Amino acid sequence: MKFHWFHFSSPATFYGLAGRMIPWFLALALVTGVVALYWGFFETPDQLGGSNPQKEYYRIIFVHVGSAWMSMWLYLVLAGWSAFGLVFNTRLSYMMAVSVAPTGAIFTFLALFTGSFWGRPSWGTWWDWDPRLTSELILFFLYVGYLALHSAIDDARRADRASALLAIVGLVCVPIIFWSINCPDPNQCAALHQRSSMGSIDGNILFAMLALTFSFWMYSFATSFMRVRRIILEREAGTTWVNEQLEREAQT
Amino acid sequence: MFGTFLCILRRDITLAMRRRTDILTTLFFFIIVASLFPLGVGSEKEILRFLGPGVVWVAALLASMLALERLFASDYADGTLEQMMLTPQPLSVLVLGKVCAHWLLTGLPLVLIAPLIGLQYGLEGQTLAVMAAALLVGTPVLSLVGSIGAALTLGLRGGGILLSLLVLPLYIPVLVYGSGAVTVSMIDLADVQPFMALLGAFLILALAFSPLATAAALRISVE
Repeated sequence: MKFHWFHFSSPATFYGLAGRMIPWFLALALVTGVVALYWGFFETPDQLGGSNPQKEYYRIIFVHVGSAWMSMWLYLVLAGWSAFGLVFNTRLSYMMAVSVAPTGAIFTFLALFTGSFWGRPSWGTWWDWDPRLTSELILFFLYVGYLALHSAIDDARRADRASALLAIVGLVCVPIIFWSINCPDPNQCAALHQRSSMGSIDGNILFAMLALTFSFWMYSFATSFMRVRRIILEREAGTTWVNEQLEREAQT
Repeated sequence: MFGTFLCILRRDITLAMRRRTDILTTLFFFIIVASLFPLGVGSEKEILRFLGPGVVWVAALLASMLALERLFASDYADGTLEQMMLTPQPLSVLVLGKVCAHWLLTGLPLVLIAPLIGLQYGLEGQTLAVMAAALLVGTPVLSLVGSIGAALTLGLRGGGILLSLLVLPLYIPVLVYGSGAVTVSMIDLADVQPFMALLGAFLILALAFSPLATAAALRISVE
């Protein structure tokens, strides 16, 4: 059979593929998640830093950094699928965009939530209008706006295309979030998040952090695929292949 | 192309001049919101001077957002918008004309009245001038960016609330640097320049890209 670039862009073929891939992604997420949490709790130093060390509570870093990374990455994925949809006019791209958005919003919320709990013992405050906190909050609003616009429009085609455009417009915010800590002079801007490099992080901590991020990523794949399968069934309801599929699933 | 732009501009202004109350409601909304704050937080001079720039900017933001709903609504309701989209002229130019007219009718009055509000908050001389200048550069950005949201939510139920959800996050940079310019000008006038430069940069970016995005959004909403 000749390979075709758009073979899996048909909802009917992708439905099966996604169904076969979900268990793998879930298993990967579970295994790396357990390894990362074990490593983060038992193989890392008890405190961080020199004169004013961060004690056990610094372990929030594993969840916090991973979810913050995923929140930005998933927005890029969302905007990417939206752009694909607008350019190639493929229905599946929009469905992927819609199914990625809730996971992204959850990770953004998780980043803010865990950050708040970390901020309380280390900065002495639940919330501070630090540039990165503020821009992460804006990212959360962007996700919410995307989901709100999509659910407000009844016509699926218009909903897809309108919210895709909104996602692309909101893309201007992602670089701002990413570089919001690159303050040229720490004395001048009172940013609580400061720049650091990968090399200056303890190897064990870095491993646990990256492993948990990977686990979050796999989890995002699994949940978006589950969601996209629901959306496919909903949108294609009434077509022959969906009826056959449902009959087959009912029998097994 | 410039002729098209002027034609739309003149048409929208003429239409609005026939129903002047619409312009005045936005203006009075701005004045009332700004006047409510001293009643809420107390009328101590120091607090008011401290809050002034932020309050004026937030009020301007809300006023321009509320006015956005009417940007395309009436043309959409009577079918003019569809006719405009069928003309050979580029839709983004038509959109730019409409947004400019909208700003002249709702944004410019705010800029002109803002120094008066500033006086209520105990701001003085230079600060008032900086505030008017910052609003003059900043409010067109609000209209331009907001037009994207207005086009996306065209004809939806609950459009107004939804519009605020979509547009307000995108307004935040303008708010931060706009009120920042005013606050800084109370300390040292020379520090205002970078803030104004950034606001100007936002304006240029918005002028270049938002009419295109709005035109695309209109095509999605009206098809």
